[in-house]
Amino acid sequence: MQIVACIKQVPDTTQVQIDPVTNTLVREGIPFIVNPYDTHALEESLRLRDKFGFNVTAISMGPPNAEATLRKALALGVDRAVLLTDRVFGGADTLATSNVLTEAIRKLGETDEVGIIFCGKQTIDGDTAQVGPGIATRLGCTQLTLVDKILELDPIKKRIKVSRKLEGRHEIVEAPLPVMITVVRELNRPRYPTVPGRLESMEREVEFWNNQTLKLDEQSIGLKGSPTWVSKIFSPQRDKGEMIGDGVHDPVGTANLLIDKLLSKDLLSI
Amino acid sequence: MNPIFTALFIIATVIFATLAWKRFSLIRLGKEENRFDNIPARIVEMLLFAFGQKKVLARPFGINHSILFWAFLVLLLANGEFLLNGIFPAISLRLLITPISGPLVFLFDIVSMLALISILVAFARRIFFKPDYLDSKYVKGRSFEGFLILSFIATLMIAYFGYHAAEIALRGERLAAWMPVSTLAAGLYGGGCGSSGGCNNCGVVPWLIFWWWTHAAVLLAFMVFLPISKHMHILTAIPNCFFGSLEKVNTQPREEFAIGNSYGVEKVTDFSWKDLLDSFSCTECGRCQDSCPANATHKPLNPRQIIHTIKTNLMANAAELQSGSPVKTPLVGAEGEGTNTEEAIWSCTTCGACIEACPVLIEQMPKIIKMRRHLVQMKSQFPEELLNLFENMEQRSNPWGIAPTERTKWSSIMDVKSFDEKETEYLFYIGCAGTFDSRQKHVTVSLATILNAAKISWGVLGKDEKCCGDSARRLGNEFLFDKLAKENVELFKARGVKKIITQCPHCFSTLKNDYRQYGLEIEVIHHAELLQRLLAEGKIKPNREVKELGSIIYHDSCYLGRHNDIYEQPRDVITKVTGEEPKEFGKNRENAFCCGAGGGRMWMEEHEGERINVTRVKEALESSPDTICVACPYCMTMFEDGVKDVNSGNVRIRDIAEVVAEGLRPV
Repeated sequence: MQIVACIKQVPDTTQVQIDPVTNTLVREGIPFIVNPYDTHALEESLRLRDKFGFNVTAISMGPPNAEATLRKALALGVDRAVLLTDRVFGGADTLATSNVLTEAIRKLGETDEVGIIFCGKQTIDGDTAQVGPGIATRLGCTQLTLVDKILELDPIKKRIKVSRKLEGRHEIVEAPLPVMITVVRELNRPRYPTVPGRLESMEREVEFWNNQTLKLDEQSIGLKGSPTWVSKIFSPQRDKGEMIGDGVHDPVGTANLLIDKLLSKDLLSI
Repeated sequence: MNPIFTALFIIATVIFATLAWKRFSLIRLGKEENRFDNIPARIVEMLLFAFGQKKVLARPFGINHSILFWAFLVLLLANGEFLLNGIFPAISLRLLITPISGPLVFLFDIVSMLALISILVAFARRIFFKPDYLDSKYVKGRSFEGFLILSFIATLMIAYFGYHAAEIALRGERLAAWMPVSTLAAGLYGGGCGSSGGCNNCGVVPWLIFWWWTHAAVLLAFMVFLPISKHMHILTAIPNCFFGSLEKVNTQPREEFAIGNSYGVEKVTDFSWKDLLDSFSCTECGRCQDSCPANATHKPLNPRQIIHTIKTNLMANAAELQSGSPVKTPLVGAEGEGTNTEEAIWSCTTCGACIEACPVLIEQMPKIIKMRRHLVQMKSQFPEELLNLFENMEQRSNPWGIAPTERTKWSSIMDVKSFDEKETEYLFYIGCAGTFDSRQKHVTVSLATILNAAKISWGVLGKDEKCCGDSARRLGNEFLFDKLAKENVELFKARGVKKIITQCPHCFSTLKNDYRQYGLEIEVIHHAELLQRLLAEGKIKPNREVKELGSIIYHDSCYLGRHNDIYEQPRDVITKVTGEEPKEFGKNRENAFCCGAGGGRMWMEEHEGERINVTRVKEALESSPDTICVACPYCMTMFEDGVKDVNSGNVRIRDIAEVVAEGLRPV
């Protein structure tokens, strides 16, 4: 059985700034990282591999430089890494992206049955949380989102039981394989690559698949296949703060003022 | 020839040689390391530390050991003669003319007495006023072994007097006049019978035989016992001082990264031969244990145990190691003798107090880092807090993971030049703490103000500045350190940096000592040195004596003091600016107690025992200071936290730069 981990290369958003004139991301000199939620997806794939002996394939759609992200996956120990890259894939929204990823997963399944697809719950650049569910829908498999614990996995009976972390509660769900799982950060603590793992990953192959491999209709992929697009991006203006009281000479009075202020704006209730 | 003694001597020698060879051949299993460079300096080191007992004498009780050691050297000659005479009774020192043999036996007589007194003092110490640090988990100060060794020596001395006194009593000693102690002891035989030799009537002869054979038996037994005991150090400590590091042990060797290589130490023979020799040189004196901040605050680390473990592990796995089969006892990660827990390895602050304390130049701390290297690089096994640290340092080149673009924020309140080799003389390498830590930013601004006041031409790298990698290296993540070091050295070279000012002793030591391995040999100066120089040269002139900080106590940062010998400069700065010498901790200068943040501990939780910083704060409070003065951002954080923990928030923490800046502030 095969596990597929879908990962994405994202700009390190803590370092991203928005150009005030053009309203676009200033990407110059900003390093790329593996989407943090995806590192947990990778980790869980590797843990199941360590326990059950499955094969783990990491796939990513992106420009050729996203190879670096797949190298990181190789360094962590995935068996196979596939980069889906083609100019015609460019400009894709979540629908077009899930079309490409779905087709790639189908193709991977031709040689080795895919049992579980792991995705991060969302990416830190787009924050849509749609691609994982999109893949499940198009593959026609079960989807388990926001998973924070794998409780049971029976590869023979092909069943899985997980805990989903929802607002204020947990939900225990059982489902048949194949299944698409999106993960939250509480699921695990990602491993750190060993030095031999890192060095060997530089020698290993990242497979490049383009649309000649996937043979998708160009109307369903890339910009053409995307019913949505970003028309504007901006950072919200933050109002200037205000100084209240005199903390140096009257700390108690100032603290009271602050509490009143917070209560009046109802900022202390949960 | 005396056939019985000769036979016993041969048996003892064979056993001794076999046991010693077994151990020495194990040392040879260690990895290669060049300790044969600069022989003259090594000889000097050996004379100073082994024969001169320099570090032994650093503690008051050391004198007792030194007397024994020097007595041992003299008595080697006496015992050599004893053995030779035992085998060939015709050969004796007494064949030599009196002007030579007389002074020699006089020396033996006096020295034996001194040694006996020292042994009695050592017995008394272990029995009546045993210091805690003589005990460790597996070795107790009142061990059978300890007392056995003392008993061996005491018996040798008593037997020596016993048979010489008997000979004097029997009038058989030509040199009696040269042997005051033996002559005195001869009185105990009632003066003998008065006839010389061959007399069996007075009952002295059986005593002569008894003491002679006692001496012979103990000497031979001691020889056999020597290699299997901690007394082995009399064979290994002298060469260990010869092979000791000629430089301060403030950096770790580079590793070569290539496919197929293994990193750090997993099994004991991954250590170098010198590391293994260290383990056989340990006397278990406990001084490293006594000076270790982790041990003092009840962490699972004991540097003496680390060394002891190497020896016991090597012995336990000897057969497997020699045949190349898998070892039975793991070096790391198990419980019991011969293995180290991972917790112990992660408890080290790399403060270097153990190395400073060791009388025989054992290097404990680097061995801990070697074991960390394996855990981090081969197994990715480390306390979970470090995962973020490593990723932050790798991805954003600072421990907090703050965006590099924020590196210029501290300077928003002042005009700061960008470093340019044509326009600025010094690079002020701010360091991650000086850049991002809100408390330390005040120090950065103070220092920048002082540099401007002194009209020093300086600039910064701004958002191009990168982390020096200190924590990564001390935590054993050499791969990450290697990357950061290469990036920094390349950057400094590309920008034409010739002189660097640092405010952090960790950056300072890393840039100055570690980066030398990467070909960076430029002037790196810590602000303690720079401020002292500027004050001495009159380049900065405080407009008054700073009194508002009250009484100041100065804390030595390990990476400034012990690792780089900068002790007096920061004290001079304080004295000059305040008009008063700073108060001192009980443990100061080379004996200073770490704040707890070195060796990457800054980024780790302190789960066990007491907090190191709180312990140090409490020590400071004993002198009731108004201000604790530091010269390191890590110490700053640890003390700021520490005084809050003990509710002594009225005690201020100041960097020496802030003290100077105070003196420059317009009144």
